[in-house]
Amino acid sequence: MTENIIMLAQGTGETLYMTLASVLFSYLLGLPLGVLVVATGKQGICPHPKLNTALGWAIDIGRSIPFIILIMDLVPVTRAIVGKAIGATASVVPLVIAATPFVARMVETSLEEVDHGVVEAAKTMGATGWEIVTKVLLPESFPSLLRGMSITTITLIGYSAMAGAVGAGGLGDIAIRYGMHRYDAQMMNVTLVLIIIIVAVIQFGFNQTARAIDKRAR
Amino acid sequence: MIEIKNLSKTFEGSSQVNALREINLSVEDGAICGIIGMSGAGKSTLLRCISMLEQPTGGSIEIDGQDIFKLKGAQLLKLKKSLGVVFQGYHLLMQRTIHGNIAFPLELVKTPKAEIDRRVDELLELVGLADKGEDYPSQLSGGQCQRVAIARALASEPKVLLCDEPTSALDPMTTRSILKLLQEINQRLGVTILIITHEIGVVKSICNQVAVIDAGKIAEQGQTAQVFANPQSQVTRQLLEMQF
Repeated sequence: MTENIIMLAQGTGETLYMTLASVLFSYLLGLPLGVLVVATGKQGICPHPKLNTALGWAIDIGRSIPFIILIMDLVPVTRAIVGKAIGATASVVPLVIAATPFVARMVETSLEEVDHGVVEAAKTMGATGWEIVTKVLLPESFPSLLRGMSITTITLIGYSAMAGAVGAGGLGDIAIRYGMHRYDAQMMNVTLVLIIIIVAVIQFGFNQTARAIDKRAR
Repeated sequence: MIEIKNLSKTFEGSSQVNALREINLSVEDGAICGIIGMSGAGKSTLLRCISMLEQPTGGSIEIDGQDIFKLKGAQLLKLKKSLGVVFQGYHLLMQRTIHGNIAFPLELVKTPKAEIDRRVDELLELVGLADKGEDYPSQLSGGQCQRVAIARALASEPKVLLCDEPTSALDPMTTRSILKLLQEINQRLGVTILIITHEIGVVKSICNQVAVIDAGKIAEQGQTAQVFANPQSQVTRQLLEMQF
């Protein structure tokens, strides 16, 4: 019994580690990518139709690749970056590559929600493209960006469980080893409940924060 | 102060729209000039050209003797500083305090913080919102938001204030107080004001000059009292008749 609890605790730790690391890196890559897509769009601060279309294609192709295939395709890359192809840290590589295009689209949506009139007002005041992005678009869309991050995080929890199928560790790994390979339904259900609790806490946390910081709410 | 010569603007799309056709307009230094016309006449397009949100397809606009479309870099920035724009929808930054909103144009020109604070307090006083500095736009009424927008437009000490239907979204009483504020600003600070509107009442109340625009052309222009006493064009007569 105790060994099971230790295993579950470890699994929870690994899931959280994989998820948080992937969210961090996918935002480091995806946020600038999303900003670039918006900036080069038709209504953007420096329209560039060819670059915009190319970026759009890259993002859409990235999003179409089934994750389980991506993990396997990326084994050489993972090995090159991390040194090995299995384990929680190694899984962060395909998780980040899968999540980055997703993040870019979420960021794009959030930025495009910003009232276009406010952007024009900033232009009349002499704001440069960079200033419009950093002083208008990003701060005004911040609550929306947080909500996007909530969706990304929860999606990545699910993806990390899939990565568990190929030896990533975490709760998904436990669920698959016990549930699929050992037919231990009870253990599998326990891990499921743990995952649901983690998702609920994260969702709640992000929603409360987004609402609290949103100055548009009276 | 503002010289508009043969200004034209054509929008290309599924059909060509000649929004402005050879507009000639002269606004005197220190005047309050009303630009009035029906919806779709080209008023907003005219203002968007003067505030450089649109590039005209022909003609020129001179502000204080400078051809604005020939300016670049630092000179262009200096000109944008000398123009304040007030919009119908206020367009305030919702995630910033009132103080932060008024400070925005000053931050763009790297004004030191102490100087920004001093200036913002001064402007809040001017528009009658001295105690609202730490509030957010969502907590203010429409009229108050427009006052903040006016304060923001005045932050960089502009010579010209361009107002695009500043009172169209406000009730009559609030409209009157905003117009009174604009008049005060004109008299105290000597700022030239251009007001785009579709309401005769607005023009009659504070504008000493008026230009009537119809289908992209200036139907007539001159001193308000004269134009309204003796309207030469059909459009002016229609607008006068249709007052509420």
